[in-house]
Amino acid sequence: MLLSRHRRVLPGFRLTIGFTLFYLGLIVLIPLAATFAKTGELTWHQFLRAVASPAAFAAYRLSFGASFLAALVNAIFGLLVAWVLVRYKFWGKRLMDALVDLPFALPTAVAGITLATLYAQNGWIGRWLVPFGIEVSYTQVGVFVALTFIGLPFVVRTLQPVLEDFDQEIEEAAATLGANRFKTFCRVILPMIFPALLTGFALAFARALGEYGSVVFISSNIPLKTQIVPVLIMNKLEQFDYAGATALAIVMLVVSFTLLLAINWLQWWNTRHYEQT
Amino acid sequence: MPYKRPKRPTTEPALVRWILITGALLFLGLFLVVPLVAVFVQAFSKGVGYYLHTLNNPATLSAIKLTAIAAGISVPLNCIFGVAAAWAIAKFDFFGKNVLITLIDLPFCVSPVISGFVYVLVFGAQGWLGPWLIAHNIKIIFEVPGIVLATMFVTFPFVARELIPLMQAQGRAEEEAARTLGARGWQTFWRVTLPNIKWGLLYGVILCNARAMGEFGAVSVVSGHIVGQTDTMTLYVQALYENYDSTGAFAVASVLAFLALMTLGLKEWVERKGATLAEAERKS
Repeated sequence: MLLSRHRRVLPGFRLTIGFTLFYLGLIVLIPLAATFAKTGELTWHQFLRAVASPAAFAAYRLSFGASFLAALVNAIFGLLVAWVLVRYKFWGKRLMDALVDLPFALPTAVAGITLATLYAQNGWIGRWLVPFGIEVSYTQVGVFVALTFIGLPFVVRTLQPVLEDFDQEIEEAAATLGANRFKTFCRVILPMIFPALLTGFALAFARALGEYGSVVFISSNIPLKTQIVPVLIMNKLEQFDYAGATALAIVMLVVSFTLLLAINWLQWWNTRHYEQT
Repeated sequence: MPYKRPKRPTTEPALVRWILITGALLFLGLFLVVPLVAVFVQAFSKGVGYYLHTLNNPATLSAIKLTAIAAGISVPLNCIFGVAAAWAIAKFDFFGKNVLITLIDLPFCVSPVISGFVYVLVFGAQGWLGPWLIAHNIKIIFEVPGIVLATMFVTFPFVARELIPLMQAQGRAEEEAARTLGARGWQTFWRVTLPNIKWGLLYGVILCNARAMGEFGAVSVVSGHIVGQTDTMTLYVQALYENYDSTGAFAVASVLAFLALMTLGLKEWVERKGATLAEAERKS
């Protein structure tokens, strides 16, 4: 038999793979399959009414738009933060490095009520924005702020190891050949760290798309205006519109699975990219 | 002429460095430090008396208990799963391994709201098992078991994801040597594998626990939202906030923020410990 060509020395394959598949099936696969099966019970009319309604389109637009902008801001500032943390020495560096993971550790509901309070018109940050006519809490800008907060660690944490392993001899070579620092950064460093940057961006984007807890407090959840897709699903559930919620959930699941595959591919590209260089 | 240090070609001028550091610190300060400080300031805005009163409330204590139950069940189970999955994946070759690794990551990419919702579709009144559960008077959705299940789903990959790459990198040689020298299966695991993976395991458990205690969206879908019965700490924060007791909400939130800070501290410690051990191993 192909599998047992050489006898396995280590024991426990059947036990561990058995438990792994059983637990994976029970907790993850069967419930997810239930969602897809439930969609089969919907008529086309029901499905389209849920996923192609004006409220759904407005929610897609806000979810994708705000997530994209938040991931973009995180890519730019994440690059800055990762660069500063890896390359420079300054007071409080270790504390800042540890704090970067705060959005992972802080419950999203806590982040949500805190951001909503800070950016309200009488809040610590919001009051400084009032003279400029900028309202953050309870608007689409608020959604963007919350999504930026929860996506913050992704780009920093994907870039840090790559920058740490970066071979500085390449930069020296660029300097010897007459490139100034800015040119070296744009032409030498940036192309090399680009796959990692893109991976971080994709991770932040994927996380932002599904986010619920931090957004629900800072957006006022007005249909067609400040409602993101997860909040819209939640609304449908609260009205016991399970058909509508299932249809929207399927759309989101398909998008998330596609993103997961894209991210896996990016990470594979990432490792290959560095093995070559 | 005073000695002038030659410019290093691989760093930026001091002014550029200073601007970049300031920019990074401003961004982190605005998005991380200010919110963190705000949680504690808001929590104490009506004085220590009100703070202690909120925390000592039976509803708060019941929320803390429910959060502890959810984390107390989901973390150990996901921990056992993580070790089993990593053992199977790292120590053996089999068909479909990469698919399995991707499937384990699935819960990470599912929105928390949907993570809770999938259980409603299985166990809810209109779900697959709904009629049977009602007939046997078993309540899962809108009750504690639903909250535990939703927490298990969202924290599912944490331990496995730490251990799989770690155990793959460590290879099989040590375990195979132990077996050749006559160690039994479990002996090999306890004496050889576990000491090798303990820091990675601890790291995964810390992350898993932080997420289990902080989960909001998924438990929000499956909870009955009855204060004092089916509210976890995060749900109780929401209940207080929506009842215009913002100070009370921040008081409970400050406990969660404190736990988050503890998580970050522990994580730092484990990371450093792991790095020192790896360093020592490389030298010896």
